[in-house]
Amino acid sequence: MYETQYHRAASVEEAARLMGEAEDGKFLAGGMTLIPTMKQRLASPSDLIDLRRIEALKGVTVDGRNVRIGAVTTHYDVSTSEELAKICPAITNLAGHIGDPQVRNMGTIGGSIANNDPAADYPSALLALDATIITSQRSLPASDFFIGLFETALEPNEIIVAVEFVGPDRAAYKKFPNPASLYAMAGVFVAKSGDNIRVAVTGAGEGGVFRLKDAETALAGNFSPSALDSLAVDPDVLLSDMHASADYRANLVKVMAKRAVAEITNRPM
Amino acid sequence: MGVEGIGARVLRKEDKRFITGKGRYTDDMSVPGMKHAAFVRSPHAHAKITGIDVETAKKMPGVIGVLTGAELKADGIGNLICGWMIHSKDGTPMKMGAWSPLATDTVRYVGDAVVIVIADTKGQARDAAEAVDVSYEELPVVVKTAEALNEGAPQLHSEAPGNLIFDWDIGDEKATNDAFAGAAHVTKMDIVNGRLVPNAIEPRATLGVYDAGEDHYTCWTTSQNPHVARLVLSAFYNVAPENKLRVIAPDVGGGFGSKIFIYPEELICLWASKKTGVPVKWVADRTESFLADAHGRDHVTHAELAFDKDNKILGLKVQTIANLGAYMSLFSSSVPTYLYATLLSGQYDIPAIHANVKAVYTNTAPVDAYRGAGRPEASFVLERIMETAARELKVSPAELRRKNFIRTFPHQTPVIMNYDAGDFDATLDAGLKAADYEGFEKRREEAAKRGKLRGIGLSCYIEACGIAPSAAVGSLGAGVGLWESAEVRVNAIGTIEILTGSHSHGQGHETTFAQLATERFGVPIESVSIVHGDTDKVQMGMGTYGSRSGAVGMSAVVKALDKVEAKAKKIAAHLLEADEADIEIKDGNVRVAGTDKSLPWFQVALAAYTAHNLPSGMEPGLKEGAFYDPSNFTFPGGCHICEVEVDPETGVTEIIQFVAADDFGKIINPMIVEGQVHGGLAQGIGQALLEGTHYDDTGQLLTASFMDYTMPRAQNLPSFNIMTTETPCPSNPLGIKGCGEAGAIGSPPAVINAITDAIHNNNLTMPATPQIVWNAIQAAK
Ligand SMILES: Cc1cc2nc3c(=O)[nH]c(=O)nc-3n(C[C@H](O)[C@H](O)[C@H](O)COP(=O)(O)OP(=O)(O)OC[C@H]3O[C@@H](n4cnc5c(N)ncnc54)[C@H](O)[C@@H]3O)c2cc1C
Repeated sequence: MYETQYHRAASVEEAARLMGEAEDGKFLAGGMTLIPTMKQRLASPSDLIDLRRIEALKGVTVDGRNVRIGAVTTHYDVSTSEELAKICPAITNLAGHIGDPQVRNMGTIGGSIANNDPAADYPSALLALDATIITSQRSLPASDFFIGLFETALEPNEIIVAVEFVGPDRAAYKKFPNPASLYAMAGVFVAKSGDNIRVAVTGAGEGGVFRLKDAETALAGNFSPSALDSLAVDPDVLLSDMHASADYRANLVKVMAKRAVAEITNRPM
Repeated sequence: MGVEGIGARVLRKEDKRFITGKGRYTDDMSVPGMKHAAFVRSPHAHAKITGIDVETAKKMPGVIGVLTGAELKADGIGNLICGWMIHSKDGTPMKMGAWSPLATDTVRYVGDAVVIVIADTKGQARDAAEAVDVSYEELPVVVKTAEALNEGAPQLHSEAPGNLIFDWDIGDEKATNDAFAGAAHVTKMDIVNGRLVPNAIEPRATLGVYDAGEDHYTCWTTSQNPHVARLVLSAFYNVAPENKLRVIAPDVGGGFGSKIFIYPEELICLWASKKTGVPVKWVADRTESFLADAHGRDHVTHAELAFDKDNKILGLKVQTIANLGAYMSLFSSSVPTYLYATLLSGQYDIPAIHANVKAVYTNTAPVDAYRGAGRPEASFVLERIMETAARELKVSPAELRRKNFIRTFPHQTPVIMNYDAGDFDATLDAGLKAADYEGFEKRREEAAKRGKLRGIGLSCYIEACGIAPSAAVGSLGAGVGLWESAEVRVNAIGTIEILTGSHSHGQGHETTFAQLATERFGVPIESVSIVHGDTDKVQMGMGTYGSRSGAVGMSAVVKALDKVEAKAKKIAAHLLEADEADIEIKDGNVRVAGTDKSLPWFQVALAAYTAHNLPSGMEPGLKEGAFYDPSNFTFPGGCHICEVEVDPETGVTEIIQFVAADDFGKIINPMIVEGQVHGGLAQGIGQALLEGTHYDDTGQLLTASFMDYTMPRAQNLPSFNIMTTETPCPSNPLGIKGCGEAGAIGSPPAVINAITDAIHNNNLTMPATPQIVWNAIQAAK
């Protein structure tokens, strides 16, 4: 790791100011991605501005069906929120299967979506739930926030404050983990609210998280796993690496999508 | 058996310090003035070094030295050696390319060390290492085992034309061809045994200290065999004569073979300590471990097995290409030869065997012994082809094996080994019963109803531990003897220290070796300490590998205990005025059999040291040493059975049950043996299902971290069902065979046999990841 200056911000304003003053600063949340990258000398921020002590960024709030998750809320805190589990068990379940216990106790939702790893779990949930990302400067829908591999709409000084969404009628997330890293090799989040069905895929897309519109259309007519029997997932838009070919990923996307739908239809209302 | 003697489940004495974080590893060592090293390593798999500019690096903050291979050579430090000479079938010696500890003109794999930088802190050393400017002219690269011998493949070493290190034969080719000529059935297979990265939990580390006043060196290092390290560093690398070099291997966090070898780093740190005048410490990070620890396995094989009309085996032919990487590591040549092809007879009576092994260079990390070393490769070839043959012959895999078992001992195989004892029916029967093999078809049907493909696979392996005797291995090319030494020191108050050349880095010697003394003298186990890992304390030893500590190391302890016991009895007989033959030592007392005359153990020890009243002419003291050179290998064997369910939609394999019925001969501590088996099985199943090493075509290691290289986790493993049978080893005093590697040797073929049974496609490579299994299912459709 190269030398760096550590700052602990007490407010979003202070964090933004510290960032403005830094030569080449980086916000630090759980550090689960940023710190290993620095240890490998692949990142060398002059300053680290720690967001984790900012009260306004912490915690899960549920108000009726409206959900707000503060940016520095850990995966562990999301996974164990009883209130949230009542509104949207799919997302608490998703958080409970990120990485391992160490990662879940440090990693945060803000860090995860700011990083927008194509294999991260949350982006699929936020896209399928049509969530809003609240930043220090604006609010924007998930579909505008996630741009590409490790790419988001965030400006350099912009801080994610929270994500908000309305609890769906029903939802499920099915993940096929990479055997080594346990990140998603194919993860499918299916959300249904009335007639509105959204299916988002992570881990597999060449350009990061994406909506599987063919599946949404098929499910609109018949919300059951068999509606996806003839779904053809195009391998040309999928990642291919030593862990999984595009063809295999295409298969996994379909299988995970069917299993997510099956979980929803099998679960008592 | 007492509660702490032979056969008792004594809890591990060493665990208190390990599980409370009080272990002392090389990186915990600190000496005044100590500085930190970082290595500049090659980013290319094959390149000419056209220039090394160290000037900027030398001026960086905290930098004490920036040293190159040219300076190392100028100081007379030698090239790295391979300590086992193999001769090709044409009689020529193996063709070893020079391995300079710091590359001077050519780099041959990604990670090849080029420059060492020493600075006040580790961070400064790394900063300066980045500032070293090495210019390279890239050369073409060969990575794949099967391509190294191709016409026109890039050449690694001028000493080894065509990248061929040796072309070695074992067995009788003509007799084997004749046997095949009369065959009723021949099974043929191509078999790949992929490359593994050892990944001990503690990365390699070393601290080199040169004492100018004494002209003496101390080397702390993560070694499985500190005495061999000292021998090699002295005799071959010219660091210092043995009396001027102390090697200490303190607590070591796992080795699995990868810490047997002498690597460039410890050699360079010793030399650099003298050169710079400061103690030099280096600790690998995980990426360096992936790149520059010796890897394991990496064989490409074609095998053919011939049967007569009654399904008796007539002969076996094997051709293997073994990838030794970019340089020949210390024992690399022995692994695919005498540790591999000599085991190809397995548990079977095979009249004729012929094997040919071609060892090749590629632009990859050196390959050497890794848990099992050659024997997993042999059992994988034989047990895969046996299972395949049974399917082709449409007979039960268990019964085909049984039909061909060796049943009379000693048994001379056509490939050197002379099996001394075994009962292969016993382990097979135990395994079949425990696995309810009979009931499998019902379970398969039930699984099919749930949409799962269920399969079962066997592996009846044999292996050879305690490689020996020294004279025999010497005649086969070994550069060292393979005996072990021990010294038993009884202190004046009866407590005991056992000094051993066996090194413990996870095996639990501090417990099991102490159990021997406890058994012998009835003293409590707390009063027995094991001393190892320091060349200043233990005179000489050959270290721990090849499951030799029990069979060889403990045998040396037994010999020393015999001598101590004999002297103690003489002293006691004198003190008790009895006949020596009537003296017995039991429960901490030394007594005259059949009488109530006795002395506590400690009084005999005290008498030996006060020397007030010893038999006339007897030397004071109670301390004896012994060297033990075995008369044969030992031959553990067993039956592993794996039952799996495969999800056809995703290719995920779940191990439903894993049964291991092993014959390790006499067992000193069943709990520790079970731990060794569990660890070995985890590694073997890891190889079968999870661990794959990928280099890309340019020689970059793609799996250089745990994000891409899958180590087995608890969730990947079932609860093991393990048991032992016992045919004592006739060649050593305790009847021990060894258990350290068996799990890793026996299990991979059982797993792959089970999956291929489930998916009805026999063409499956390791690791059988979900993607590979899914592809195989698609291919079989
Ligand atoms: C072994 C391992 C396994 C993992 N497995 C999974 C998995 O299965 N699924 C999964 O989804 N993830 C996985 N992760 C990722 C992990 O869950 C974290 O989500 C991720 O590392 C980022 O979160 P963090 O809080 O640690 O962010 P950091 O590492 O602190 O930061 C990451 C990036 O986001 C920026 N950032 C952080 N917070 C904010 C903010 N509020 N506003 C603006 N920018 C910000 C930082 O500047 C940095 O660039 C794994 C990580 C590891 C190490």
